[in-house]
Amino acid sequence: MSVTDEPAATGAGGEEIGVPDGTDRGTGGPSTAGPAGSGGTRTARAAGAVGTFADERFGASRIVRGFARKVFPDHWSFMLGEIALYSFVVLLITGVFLTLFYVPSVAPTTYEGSYAPLNGQQVSEAYASTLRLSFDVRGGLLVRQIHHWSALVFAAAILVHMFRVFFTGAFRKPRELNWVVGVVLALLAIFEGFAGYSLPDDLLSGTGLRIASSILLSIPFVGSYLSSFLFGGEFPGEAFIPRLYTIHVLILPAVFVLLISAHLFMVVLHKHTQYPGPGRRDDNVVGYPFYPVYLAKAGGFFFIVAGITTLMAAVFTINPIWAYGAYDPSPVTAGSQPDWYMGFLDGAARLAPGWWEFTAFGHTVSLNVLLPAVVLPGVLSIVAILYPWLESFVTRSRREHHVLDRPRNAPTRTGLGVMAITFYLLLLVSGGNDIIATQLHLSINAITVALRVLVIALPPIAFLVTKRICLGLQRRDRDLVLHGRETGRIVRTEQGEVYEVHEPIDERERWRLVQHQAHRPYEPPSPDETGSGNGHSVTVRDRLRSRLNRFYFRDRVDPVTPAELAAAQASGHGTGPGHGTGEGRSTEAPSTEAAGTTTER
Amino acid sequence: MTDDDRRDAVTPQQRQEPDSGNAPAVPAAGPAPAGEPEPPEGQPVPDRFEDPGLPEHRPRSTDRDPRAARRAEFQVAALFSLSVTGTLLALAAYYTVQVEDDLGVAELLGRLRLSTLLLGIGLFLALFCVGAGVVHWARRLMPGEEWTEHRHVLRGSDTDRAEARRILADGAAESGLGRRPLIRNTLVGALALAPLPAIALLRDTGPLPEDSLSRTFWRAGLHLVRDPEGGRIRPDDLVVGSVVHVMPEGVDEAEHPLEERAKAAVLVIRLDPEDLDQESLGGAHEGIVAYSKICTHMGCPVGLYEQQTRHLLCPCHQSTFDVSRHCQVIFGPAKRPLPQLPLTVDPEGYLVAADGFREAVGPSFWERG
Ligand code: HEM
Ligand code: FES
Repeated sequence: MSVTDEPAATGAGGEEIGVPDGTDRGTGGPSTAGPAGSGGTRTARAAGAVGTFADERFGASRIVRGFARKVFPDHWSFMLGEIALYSFVVLLITGVFLTLFYVPSVAPTTYEGSYAPLNGQQVSEAYASTLRLSFDVRGGLLVRQIHHWSALVFAAAILVHMFRVFFTGAFRKPRELNWVVGVVLALLAIFEGFAGYSLPDDLLSGTGLRIASSILLSIPFVGSYLSSFLFGGEFPGEAFIPRLYTIHVLILPAVFVLLISAHLFMVVLHKHTQYPGPGRRDDNVVGYPFYPVYLAKAGGFFFIVAGITTLMAAVFTINPIWAYGAYDPSPVTAGSQPDWYMGFLDGAARLAPGWWEFTAFGHTVSLNVLLPAVVLPGVLSIVAILYPWLESFVTRSRREHHVLDRPRNAPTRTGLGVMAITFYLLLLVSGGNDIIATQLHLSINAITVALRVLVIALPPIAFLVTKRICLGLQRRDRDLVLHGRETGRIVRTEQGEVYEVHEPIDERERWRLVQHQAHRPYEPPSPDETGSGNGHSVTVRDRLRSRLNRFYFRDRVDPVTPAELAAAQASGHGTGPGHGTGEGRSTEAPSTEAAGTTTER
Repeated sequence: MTDDDRRDAVTPQQRQEPDSGNAPAVPAAGPAPAGEPEPPEGQPVPDRFEDPGLPEHRPRSTDRDPRAARRAEFQVAALFSLSVTGTLLALAAYYTVQVEDDLGVAELLGRLRLSTLLLGIGLFLALFCVGAGVVHWARRLMPGEEWTEHRHVLRGSDTDRAEARRILADGAAESGLGRRPLIRNTLVGALALAPLPAIALLRDTGPLPEDSLSRTFWRAGLHLVRDPEGGRIRPDDLVVGSVVHVMPEGVDEAEHPLEERAKAAVLVIRLDPEDLDQESLGGAHEGIVAYSKICTHMGCPVGLYEQQTRHLLCPCHQSTFDVSRHCQVIFGPAKRPLPQLPLTVDPEGYLVAADGFREAVGPSFWERG
């Protein structure tokens, strides 16, 4: 740490222009800048030569100077995006291995391999090759299972990462576009997972494709054309699996790499957000230098994620396609379940009642399929994409936000987020309504009807409850600042009064609880007001804004001000006897309280 | 940009200085952009607390005690060595646990499981221990002090903006796009039309649907055969309450057998004729009815028959069809009843289709009507 602004690959490199071969000289600048002046060692010389080479070819020294010491804040919740990133890398690596053996074709073939029950059966090349990959390629099953488990982890990490970003307000200016990239990534993850799930051409994946084709069919006007073009004719056809393969291994991964690069580029450009705390401001970033600390932690974390998915794959079987059999459109697939990230759509499809379908002017409109399978995900994505602008419209905040919100300090946003999660989870649960029914010995109809009600009624309740909880937590924070922490020490005064001693919190801890700014409800400019942007009249926009603003900020708890703290301490409600919660303090004992305070100090 | 960052990277040693300034935390993100007031937040609140600044760095045991550092060093090295052991285990598993051809199913699956487990645990150790070691190293032995770096508002300075605007305007003027509408308009036209061939080229990805969705392999006189075992069916083969999965005879010789099977699958059920309503009886033969097995919701095979209630349940989204009432939907997301295949017997007494389906089977589509 002694040399901080002289990165290893800089130095006198630039002066060596014209020296034909730098490798055998010990005088290269970089070695002298190396740690502890290890001037003449062989490795230092080699490193110096590499550094010189790189610098003279693409200006590496400037890149190192500009980038190597960039500061990254540290928090467990920042690892969620990393988990997504690393499982994507694991997916790429294992996926390449799978392509070496998988045959993307539904041409009929006779399976001949180790798995006796299917030996001699007519199956598709895709299915046969997946069986071979599982049974006759050593480690093939392990890699297949790592690939599948990573896909589940990938989707889960994205979702949780997305909620981390939402609840902390990390999507606010200047990161709105990165949020949009994120939503697109989340959507693509679902498509990519579905495409992969369909490739083995087993009974379950075929059922999934059949459902996909019916969803296409439900689209008005063009549905049957879309299905016919995509499947190359009637379902199942021979074209779809090869096409899906190209999408799964080429097109979508390329788009992923592009979008993830853009995503990470923006993270570096904006510099990472940080949680509020002493010394963490909107105009600085506090954390560890990229090189070496963050690099080591992040690089190490990749191996940890890869290791854990490998362990999951080693221990837990996933998608045993030999047990399902090859795809055939007629056998029954009892209790078939899609991968979890499709579950909410499956659940929505289960809840939609049949009467939503109708016929008009000789055409069938299948809203019972269209609404849950096409409109719902579409609307959800659009709402998610637009949310950052909705919020900035309400708050009228145009500055950059780099210090994150504690979720409790944005009660309405947090409530909306929990509302969304509740909705999502109820749909996910609906996707397992048959399992719940058999487990609980209840009628599936009753459960479905109950879920139909809950999916509408519960999210708003979740919103209200969450908002109340946030406000309550904010009040607790105020109490903590004004009256200190309960110590558990009970003191009895001479008058026989019993109270609990409270200890003041230190100023750094206090800062975390008071640093935020509460929003004030926005008043639309009054008509006669001059210079208020549009002084002539109150526009619809203003009124909408003020209504939304009231929805967001009518209920609020302001952070403690120094004046309030001083007043609390002066009135004896300070760090002496308990207060606020009302415990351990009789109502008519202000004098003893004051006494308590003085004895404490 | 990078130049600024470099200047502003602050080492831990220098850190105290910029931070002890106790700048107010929130509005400090540079000068507020001109002409962009912030009513809800901008009101000066004189009585806010001051940011106390970063806390002192508290040295870790490895910073204070060389023996603790030495211990951490050993732990890291031990983790790396464990990783090597894992790699060796994986290789050993790869070469020793073989899955041979002529094993019984149970033994085959057992062997496969063992191979996957050992190989996987070896790889897990190989990967995880490298990760754990590096992270431990970073947390215990690399500097534990946090750094501070300045942020800059992303927007350029007013000069930058004016300059950028001027460059763009100059360039536009140099190109003459504004002055020569002829060029602009023809360019827009050319670019708008150029993708058309690309769209046209997609036309051959599949045939037009035509009536394919409304047709099935069934026609009058085709025998019902059991699926998958094959064999025609006589009414006497079926007792009341029994269910048979059926395909039209010869479907496997069709030009596209899978596509035909996907539409032609049928479920044959024998009920007490008393239990059937008038409509169902129309296509029934001695209480034997045949219905399309392709769910009218999203096309899954409907195959769970409950004998007591005479209900058919679709495993995908639990649409429930009442066989005694012409397969009406009584619950779930499907709307239409399963289409009925009218039955009769041939002179030899085998069940045959009296006719094809009279409507499209399977999921709804726009042209279905
Ligand atoms: C392929 C999927 C994704 C990958 C690989 C990925 C990766 C990352 C990584 C490594 C970071 C930096 C660390 C962190 O904040 O966790 C990050 C930040 C971010 N991600 Fe993602 N992410 C993905 C999906 C998403 C999704 C679905 C969203 C939201 C809809 C999203 C929104 C953001 C935003 C706004 C940031 C900046 C947050 C900040 O600086 O605090 N990302 N992402
Ligand atoms: S496919 Fe039968 S209920 Fe959905």
